[in-house]
Amino acid sequence: MKDYSEHSPDATVPVHLTLNGEPVSVDVTPNAILLDVLREQLQLGGTKKGCDHGQCGACTVHVDGIAMNSCLRLAVMCEGQEVTTIEGLAEADGRLHPVQQAFLERDAYQCGYCTPGQIMSATAMLDDERIASDDAAVREAMSGNICRCGAYRNILAAIQDARQQMQGADPARSDLASEVRS
Amino acid sequence: MRTFAYARADSVERAVDAQHAQQAGAFVAGGTLLLDLVKLDVMRPQQVTDISALPMKEVAFVDDDRLRIGALVTNTDLAHHPDVRQHYPLLSQAILNGASTQIRNMASTGGNLMQRTRCPYFRDVAAACNKREPGSGCDAMQGINRMHAVLGGSEHCIAVHPSDMCVALAAIGATVTLQGPDGTRDVDFGNFHRLPGETPHQEQDITDDELIVALTLAPPLAPQGAAYVKLRDRASYEFALAAAGAMISLDGDMIGEARLALGGVATKPWRCAEAEEILRGQPAETATFERAAEAALADAQPLEHNAFKVPLARQAIVRALRDATRDAKEGHA
Ligand SMILES: Cc1cc2nc3c(=O)[nH]c(=O)nc-3n(C[C@H](O)[C@H](O)[C@H](O)COP(=O)(O)OP(=O)(O)OC[C@H]3O[C@@H](n4cnc5c(N)ncnc54)[C@H](O)[C@@H]3O)c2cc1C
Ligand code: FES
Ligand code: FES
Repeated sequence: MKDYSEHSPDATVPVHLTLNGEPVSVDVTPNAILLDVLREQLQLGGTKKGCDHGQCGACTVHVDGIAMNSCLRLAVMCEGQEVTTIEGLAEADGRLHPVQQAFLERDAYQCGYCTPGQIMSATAMLDDERIASDDAAVREAMSGNICRCGAYRNILAAIQDARQQMQGADPARSDLASEVRS
Repeated sequence: MRTFAYARADSVERAVDAQHAQQAGAFVAGGTLLLDLVKLDVMRPQQVTDISALPMKEVAFVDDDRLRIGALVTNTDLAHHPDVRQHYPLLSQAILNGASTQIRNMASTGGNLMQRTRCPYFRDVAAACNKREPGSGCDAMQGINRMHAVLGGSEHCIAVHPSDMCVALAAIGATVTLQGPDGTRDVDFGNFHRLPGETPHQEQDITDDELIVALTLAPPLAPQGAAYVKLRDRASYEFALAAAGAMISLDGDMIGEARLALGGVATKPWRCAEAEEILRGQPAETATFERAAEAALADAQPLEHNAFKVPLARQAIVRALRDATRDAKEGHA
């Protein structure tokens, strides 16, 4: 377990993360919000701020592999955790994640503001065998990501394309998915 | 955003001590409620005690068939837990009907029990609100009260209790275990949330330096059918206008045991004991369900904009009872 620690309101606290696979240390005040630290201090602008209150999903990142709203998380609470943002999804050689590629091919956006959050939710969902794979289940699991441009149809299509793509590439994963479906 | 001191607790005792030493402290688990309300300046903690690393993440049956849930179990993990799905399907359904995937991933069981109202006047520091600022009045009374309660309100507050999870808990029955500076105590779930009365700012039976450590469910009704019906302005990621959670066990075509609770229409998670009494031993058919719904809503006091909630809740009840009956017939659990 993490050790006990106490910090005054204007102290800066060092937080150690694994950010997109790299170890990072950043000094934050106790009230600093993960979303703001990513955007303002760590210069990762891919994660977007829509509502700042958990109501839109634009700020979705993965914390230890789980999709969360970074606007409702204290940066200090991420000590020792792995944080992945949209910047961390592609391969080192620039190859896009299958979900990113499918969004491109399906034209699953208009203005693109909600897109990083949509993609972070979709990648976490495709890795979660507790969530069924039919369209209705996907729509429900993705409902925490609002798209003001209304690109929902193509977003759904892109996610289902990526699912097939990922199953084709990884037989182990495809077994799991069909088990869940049955 | 307002500043606060921060402590990361490494034991339950230390968390309670850290809080006990504070005038205005708050625990943080998932942060989805606290940080939302700190940003709005509705909650103003001077110190935040992070309890997220404490060992309160287990779900396991204790003696006599009761499921004990650690206060830090996330809403997602609880809803998908095999024992919850099998023995307490109503709880699983209710949780999955709430919030979004991301918020459920963050939200803790304890935090959900401590959830505060979404009343827009409570959330707006420029408005009068007896819950936020005791004695300041209630702007909802004469204001836009479409979202407000028709059951359990007082002249001081008509704010709705927003939780879906708690509606299922009201129907199932549970005990909340608290740890404070002087040890632990158990509170019956039905008494944990308070009616607003003259003190709407006192929302739960818990003191500032008590930590919820666990929730223990009553033994499951067996065999049972269960259904949670949530009616709202959009199909997902929205709070209830009216919700009903029902559990039914059948004795042939007759109802054996029945449980019914409401959300979205009341100032606390609302168990309908009279309606349950009407259901027991009666034929499991629409006429019975309608009588139960009438009884459940007999005391409803609609306001200027929310009278629609009465027929809406009636529908939610009838549908939940019908679906729970169908589920029981199909031999669930
Ligand atoms: C946009 C949005 C939509 C939502 N929609 C729904 C919905 O449809 N249905 C629904 O039911 N809920 C909904 N929620 C509410 C959500 O379920 C709650 O915010 C969540 O359950 C709170 O849990 P948490 O762990 O994040 O709490 P935190 O924010 O960490 O804490 C909440 C409060 O509880 C206290 N606390 C936390 N843990 C403990 C403990 N162990 N002991 C004592 N006190 C404690 C904290 O001090 C704080 O005051 C929604 C929330 C948002 C932001
Ligand atoms: S910015 Fe976080 S949910 Fe909208
Ligand atoms: S593409 Fe514009 S908000 Fe979704």
